[in-house]
Amino acid sequence: MNARDRILAKLRPFSPSTATTAPDVAAWFAAHRPVESPAEKARRFRHFIELAHAEVHAVTADNWLKTLCAVLRARGIEQLLVAEGTPHGEQVLDGLPPQGIECATYDMAIEAWKTEMFTATPASLTAARAAIAETGTLILWPDALEPRLMSLVPPLHIVLLDATKLYNTFYEAMTAEGWKDGLPTNSLLISGPSKTADIQQTLAYGAHGPKELVVLMLNVPEGAQ
Amino acid sequence: MSDQITEHRLHFKPAEGFRSRAKAVVDTPFLRQSFRGAMDFLMSKRAAQFPDPEELESLRTLGEQIRQYNLARLPDLLEQLEANLTRNGVRVHWAETPDEANAIILGICQQWNAKLMVKGKSMVSEEIELNHAAEAAGISALESDMGEYIVQLAGEKPSHIIMPAIHKTKEEIARLFAEKVPGVDYTDNVDALIQIGRTVLRQKFMEAEVGLSGVNFAVAETGTLCLVENEGNGRMCTTVPPVHIAITGIEKIVEKLDHVPPLYSLLTRSATGQNISTYFNMISGPRKPGEKDGPEEVHLVLLDNGRSQAYADEQLRKTLQCIRCGACMNHCPVYTRIGGHAYGTTYPGPIGKIVSPHMLGLDATAGLTTASSLCGACGEVCPVKIPIPELLMRLREEAFSAPHPNPAMRGQGAGYSPLVSAIWRGWAFVYRSPAMYRAVSWLTSRFNWLTPSRQGAWTSVREPLKPAAKRLRDRVRERG
Repeated sequence: MNARDRILAKLRPFSPSTATTAPDVAAWFAAHRPVESPAEKARRFRHFIELAHAEVHAVTADNWLKTLCAVLRARGIEQLLVAEGTPHGEQVLDGLPPQGIECATYDMAIEAWKTEMFTATPASLTAARAAIAETGTLILWPDALEPRLMSLVPPLHIVLLDATKLYNTFYEAMTAEGWKDGLPTNSLLISGPSKTADIQQTLAYGAHGPKELVVLMLNVPEGAQ
Repeated sequence: MSDQITEHRLHFKPAEGFRSRAKAVVDTPFLRQSFRGAMDFLMSKRAAQFPDPEELESLRTLGEQIRQYNLARLPDLLEQLEANLTRNGVRVHWAETPDEANAIILGICQQWNAKLMVKGKSMVSEEIELNHAAEAAGISALESDMGEYIVQLAGEKPSHIIMPAIHKTKEEIARLFAEKVPGVDYTDNVDALIQIGRTVLRQKFMEAEVGLSGVNFAVAETGTLCLVENEGNGRMCTTVPPVHIAITGIEKIVEKLDHVPPLYSLLTRSATGQNISTYFNMISGPRKPGEKDGPEEVHLVLLDNGRSQAYADEQLRKTLQCIRCGACMNHCPVYTRIGGHAYGTTYPGPIGKIVSPHMLGLDATAGLTTASSLCGACGEVCPVKIPIPELLMRLREEAFSAPHPNPAMRGQGAGYSPLVSAIWRGWAFVYRSPAMYRAVSWLTSRFNWLTPSRQGAWTSVREPLKPAAKRLRDRVRERG
């Protein structure tokens, strides 16, 4: 017998034959998390992600590129990593270079440009798939067009979020979107810039990931501006 | 620099030295103050996350149900997890012992000619002492969680499962960095210290061939490994190097993805008083064709190391409900006074006292089961309702009862003393019969001058115990 069979053989005789009742997760959330209006969700999302040190800007489809430009200029950054082939990426590639912002794209496997990614990529823009109001959390599903490291390595991470895609809870997000039927290689919840309190419980931002997180919120409902 | 880091040969100490190590901390006012302050801080942060007692109680009940439901199906779920991870392209390995786990991990490293392994925070990797095994195999194992990095630089072990460097001040860390990190001058500015760690470790994330991580929840139905963290080093370790190896105890498994949100909420709120962590990283496979980053290989090592012993007993199985939040140690009056290193085991505090005997045997841990006032705080705050005080009582019985055949635990009876046992049997015998009790109490009051003046640990700081010359019943009778 190999280790696998030996471990399973040690467990099997003691696995209770009488079925323990399945936990009713849905009932708990129904009883404890009220349904909120889009405006309430947007307010709550903004409150919690700002508490976690993120910067939030309400934008429109017409002015978001301008805000993006202003966010970069305010920090003296003239270079942005964007995802070519995504609708938002293409808009940036059209709109920002004329404003003097140099746009780089993630067009090769990381092995070909790891050092450049780590040392010469000050900012990135990605979209969020959705977000969670309860905790002020962005949901990202990195893919071939917008790979994982875009939301991790650049010190400034800017996220474009459509506020109509706000869920109340993590539970609601995964059930409404049917995540159990298929998850990508990597999916992420992000709730602020990276941080640590490992030295004398003193909170410091910019641990290993982004030092700053900026959220550009599209379609913010009235009453939540 | 990484060579320097793995030079130290510090291993976890056997639990016999517990008393002297505990005394050393208690005798150091500075350490006591710093643990007290840190624990008060963590307790108040947790309390602020649970303003509604009804919500807390119902969520703990749900957490307990989820853990018990999944443990009841453990062997089936392990097979389901293995099948789904394999389908997703993750290679699954099984290890009964720490040595087997180390051999698997180092074998993968050798296949890749790895010189450097960067590690995200993983208590299971501490449990198997992977850093020492890696060093022996000529591979640098570098901790990348800031707290773990600090204790590794100092040649120490974590003193808390969530906040590894909680015993160190910023001044100590400043001196450590100035001494050990090339080109760094003394600064005790916390932001500057973190930036030093960030700069050193970012270079290492780029260089490492292997990234190692733990697992907070493994989801059987989707074949997904979930990691909880704030710093981003966990994401670095699982994304940048070409190989990602995850290691977990066999108990950290849930059947359904929707079991995760309640446990995740309980975990971060109980551990550090955060409503959520910065990152929740769900890994369901290696890089797919066309993807531009992520590891080419993902491995999962499933470790038993005594967990199946706890599993075999219905009461002891509750130990495996643990989600490693550390709230029990934050609320423990013993942990707060002696800190994490005194225990000598990988997992300190109340959870350490109930889980370590299964990993190390009661022969090495019998004394730890008595390092508790049974105040019950650990059981009250446990987010998945592990009855820790009840389990401590059970472990004391296992450790101190006379050895018997077919014990439920390795090392049963290790603390057994025929003399102490005879004294308690005599005590029980006397108290069972009113006549016997009267006779013995009369004799002890008459012969109280025979009481020894030295009574072991009791008289080290107290007056000797001496029966009164007149019994209570005699005094009551005299008063009429």
